[in-house]
Amino acid sequence: MKTLWTMTTLTIREAQRRRILWVGLFAAIAFLAIFALGYHYVLVEIEAEMSDSAGGLGFDPITAFSTFLVIAGLYVVHFLGIALAALLSAGTLSGEIETHTIETLLTKPVRRWQIVMGKWAGFVIIILVYMTVMTAGILLIARLRSGLVLSNVYSGLALVFLSALTMLSVTMLGGTRLSTLANGAMAFTLFGLAFLGGWIEQIGAVLRNEVAVDVGIVSSLINPADALWRRAILIWRSGDTGLDLPGPFIVLSEPSTLMTQYAIFYAVVLLALALWSFTRRDL
Amino acid sequence: MTSPAIETENLRKEFGSKVAVADLTLRVEQGEIFGFLGPNGAGKTTSIKMLLGLTQPTSGNGFLLGQPLGDPATRSRVGFLPEHFRFHEWLTAAEFLNLHGRLYGMSAAARAEAIPDLLELVGLGERAETRLAAFSKGMLQRIGLAQALLNNPGLVFLDEPTSGLDPLGRRLVRTIIAGLRDEGTTVFLNSHFLSEIELTCDRVAFIRDGRVLRVAPLEELEQESLRVRLRVGSPTPELLAGLARFGSEPVQDERSGVITLHLTSEETLPEMVRWLVDAGHALYELSPQRLSLEERFIQIVGEDVTEG
Repeated sequence: MKTLWTMTTLTIREAQRRRILWVGLFAAIAFLAIFALGYHYVLVEIEAEMSDSAGGLGFDPITAFSTFLVIAGLYVVHFLGIALAALLSAGTLSGEIETHTIETLLTKPVRRWQIVMGKWAGFVIIILVYMTVMTAGILLIARLRSGLVLSNVYSGLALVFLSALTMLSVTMLGGTRLSTLANGAMAFTLFGLAFLGGWIEQIGAVLRNEVAVDVGIVSSLINPADALWRRAILIWRSGDTGLDLPGPFIVLSEPSTLMTQYAIFYAVVLLALALWSFTRRDL
Repeated sequence: MTSPAIETENLRKEFGSKVAVADLTLRVEQGEIFGFLGPNGAGKTTSIKMLLGLTQPTSGNGFLLGQPLGDPATRSRVGFLPEHFRFHEWLTAAEFLNLHGRLYGMSAAARAEAIPDLLELVGLGERAETRLAAFSKGMLQRIGLAQALLNNPGLVFLDEPTSGLDPLGRRLVRTIIAGLRDEGTTVFLNSHFLSEIELTCDRVAFIRDGRVLRVAPLEELEQESLRVRLRVGSPTPELLAGLARFGSEPVQDERSGVITLHLTSEETLPEMVRWLVDAGHALYELSPQRLSLEERFIQIVGEDVTEG
């Protein structure tokens, strides 16, 4: 446990010393400022339109556009969380293997899985803090400006966090065998695949083409990030009668709750494989 | 009663079809300063990695301080300075030692006591708060050495510990090794600087093609090989043929007429002189010279390249 904690604090300190934390914080503030401005002016416009017309749209445009913008913001947080997970961790094992830094760590009275789990825990903390700050910022801005509260906000966010954790497991596993560059390339390819597969599945659902839907499901099995995202939207928008603007924020083909369980299984198994692979590896 | 510091039997490592270490059978006693010599690609680094549990042997077995290779608990009594001394460069020297002390399982008090002393020992007392990123190659190697000594280990592996050091730094390392000898610490030293091995080691192993060719105390290596320079009046082919019985094939320098040959032991020297005098040769000069470790290295490692 002590070794684990030593590695966790070391990982967080590395992110801090390499200025990743500061750059992340600065970027988060910039992002939230732009979001707040954009959100405010969109609502100003809608409020002006509403006072002109007598309504009768069948839905409340302020809630609809607010929901849309908030979900768009959260989508960015989802993507940044995944990107952060991949960028932080892609080189943590492979890089230290390439530079031989790992040799002085592993010749201590430690077990290899402790090193991997300690680093993993450090990344989880950084990713969670980052995503929490970003989502809290977005939700707070929306609430203060328009009083919008997403339904089931926490269970949806849990899925978004889980999505970043599945990516973390992918890159931790990749890092035990691949070079840093190959690992990063693999991670983003998988994310791209999930994204594309998600679209194919949505279009397939519109066209009632089962093959396309199946392609999407298979891609979700290879990387569940996109399926988790769509499930999160489903949860947030349950009961809202907003408009469906096209984009990555619509859910026509619904991922089942089984997909959530699969994603947890995916994150755990890949991490376990990473521990196993690293323990067996010759250095 | 005390188990050897290192004991291996037929350790072998294959990477696919390539044999990195064919057969490593070694025994290093506690308290020895043991030199591990061999040409590049002989399998030295792979051997050290197997001993330290970084690489899993394909077959064979071994023990460190009486415990099987790869046993994590044993590693609390083992120090290691790797050949590639790259560390977390965003840590300061003191933080770096503190991290490794924690990984050794040392208490905060033990770390607080050991770290300043070790920084002094390797000449980095003033640099405790400097980040490793600002360190020179030699300073990194010295902080790496301090790291290897953190936990008062019973056995220390030093892989090319002076490759990045200037003459002063090398001397410092020799002094540190001498200090370890006084404390009864076993040192397993892998170095290309044979003059250093000569100054520090008790015994050496020569390895080539992943096999141990020879293990011997340094004095034995010194005594068993002698080069003799001879100047004889009017040397004849018979003289050269006769000398060949006492050692290696004699070589005569065409210009000076000086004959050189190697004897396999000191005892043959008086015999050879007796034969020369009895045969009526006029002996003007005879100078025996001890071979340096480097010359012995080339003899032992370089001969019979086809073998094995």
